[in-house]
Amino acid sequence: MEVRVLSPTAILGYGFPMESLKRGLGWEPDVIGVDAGSTDPGPYYLGEGIPFVEDSNVERDLYYLLRASLEHGIPLVISSAGGSGARPHVERFLRILGRVAEKMPRRPRVAVIWSDVDSDWLLSKIKSGAQVEPLEPGLGPLTEEAIRGSSRMVAQLGVEPFIEALKTNADVVVGGRAVDVAPFAALPIARGADRGLALHMAKILECGAIAAEPGSGSDGMLGILRGTEFEVRPLNPARKATIVSVAEHSLYERTDPYREYLPGGYVDLSAVEYEEAGDSVIVRGARWVPLDRYMVKIEGVRLAGYRVVTIAGARDPDFISRLDDILGEAEERARRTYPDGGYEVYTRVYGRDAILGPSEPEGKPCHEVCILIEVVADTPSKAKGVASLLRASLLHAGWPGRKTTAGNVAFPLSPSDLYAGRAYRWSVWHLVELSDPLEIGAPVSWEWGEEP
Amino acid sequence: MRRRLIDIARVLRSKNAGPFAITLDVILPTRECFEEVASQLTPEVVARAYRLDPGAVLGIVQYPVLNALKINIRRSVPAGEPGDTDVYGAQQHVPLGMIEVEVENC
Repeated sequence: MEVRVLSPTAILGYGFPMESLKRGLGWEPDVIGVDAGSTDPGPYYLGEGIPFVEDSNVERDLYYLLRASLEHGIPLVISSAGGSGARPHVERFLRILGRVAEKMPRRPRVAVIWSDVDSDWLLSKIKSGAQVEPLEPGLGPLTEEAIRGSSRMVAQLGVEPFIEALKTNADVVVGGRAVDVAPFAALPIARGADRGLALHMAKILECGAIAAEPGSGSDGMLGILRGTEFEVRPLNPARKATIVSVAEHSLYERTDPYREYLPGGYVDLSAVEYEEAGDSVIVRGARWVPLDRYMVKIEGVRLAGYRVVTIAGARDPDFISRLDDILGEAEERARRTYPDGGYEVYTRVYGRDAILGPSEPEGKPCHEVCILIEVVADTPSKAKGVASLLRASLLHAGWPGRKTTAGNVAFPLSPSDLYAGRAYRWSVWHLVELSDPLEIGAPVSWEWGEEP
Repeated sequence: MRRRLIDIARVLRSKNAGPFAITLDVILPTRECFEEVASQLTPEVVARAYRLDPGAVLGIVQYPVLNALKINIRRSVPAGEPGDTDVYGAQQHVPLGMIEVEVENC
């Protein structure tokens, strides 16, 4: 048995060279998989229900991938649609898919996997004794307050709903939030491939050509799984898969290169072997270890407040040497003006320690610095009020012997305070046990004309 | 000879590993060099370089296939939340690169 999986790009909307897609299709893949999401851009996108990749970029990629899928009669499988994979993200994605589908010779059959988590459902689940584990000790146990206080929650689904969706003969599987490997591993597993190998291959493919040399998130790879091994091969002849590039990828963005935890178990990568063959790498040795419980990660966010950002520059050496005192006084003035609080101020001084904070090993500031002030408050008006107060204090602060009595800082922008909308924090990052892998995300077929 | 990690590593990088941790990878040129560095790079040494509480160093994982060491540290602010300074965690490697080790084979 052999299964071929095409991964055209790292994230739907990051693009790919047309030549790469054409070459990949020439190798007769059985499925096109693409991941559309990530939590890396921060909690904002789940909270707001908006994508982090522009619709026009998604539409372009989707047009070529859908055309390829229909022409070749192979399914197109997408995970974490719309970026965060919650209902507004998936609906937005379906609207894009609707526009693209109009240009196709026929309307594709679509299966949708919804991954939203309802707070009542989650609470009753916990009350009925489902196992819950915090993945981040800082968040503490999963309380009713944390659940009720969340603006939105999704479950990071496993491969099983995708396997189920493929059984419906869908042309396109549109997944909500899911593990990155789902769109690449579902078809091989559905066809009886070894689960450990299928998931390991999927893990390498999910980042497009990032695991190639030179790496790229805007180009693709093909995976060929046969029996007890698989091969990964870049679509672009300008790239090569090497032992180093593929093995290096197993360190990328994760804490443990030996174990990949997924709902229902983990992939043991401790005995993996690599072999170079031309521009490809052949991989063996991954092993699936099932666990007793089927746990999915629930991701939830809560509103932190409303945000205003002020950017100021400083060149005067005397001012720069007194900066911390001046910022402290400005904040003190804000505290007197807003004695009831309800706001937070975060200041970064670029050219000094903005990026590393207390971990910065170099002590001395540069000859010029950029001061970025972030205010997050419980109302937009308070955020604007505090920011304008801080801005004025910084500009006009005095000190004994000050010569620059006309003003202390250079604002590059007018308006100098930028209202940045809502800000969010993670509220839920916990594993919750499901009684059945399809308890959330049982696929439903999408009827055209229902477009949101 | 005392040398800085940045001067001997082939790759030295940082990135998020989920929103609550940063993962730092050091890939060394040879097995001998890897072994010399691995024996000296303890959680205490990393904590000192970053001025962190030793508990904030979540672990150091050896990956000899690549002559690599992976160091995981807890974020003081989760990625993308108010007050964060590096949403993707891609610029947190510098204090690691400045750690000096005593090596003969790098």
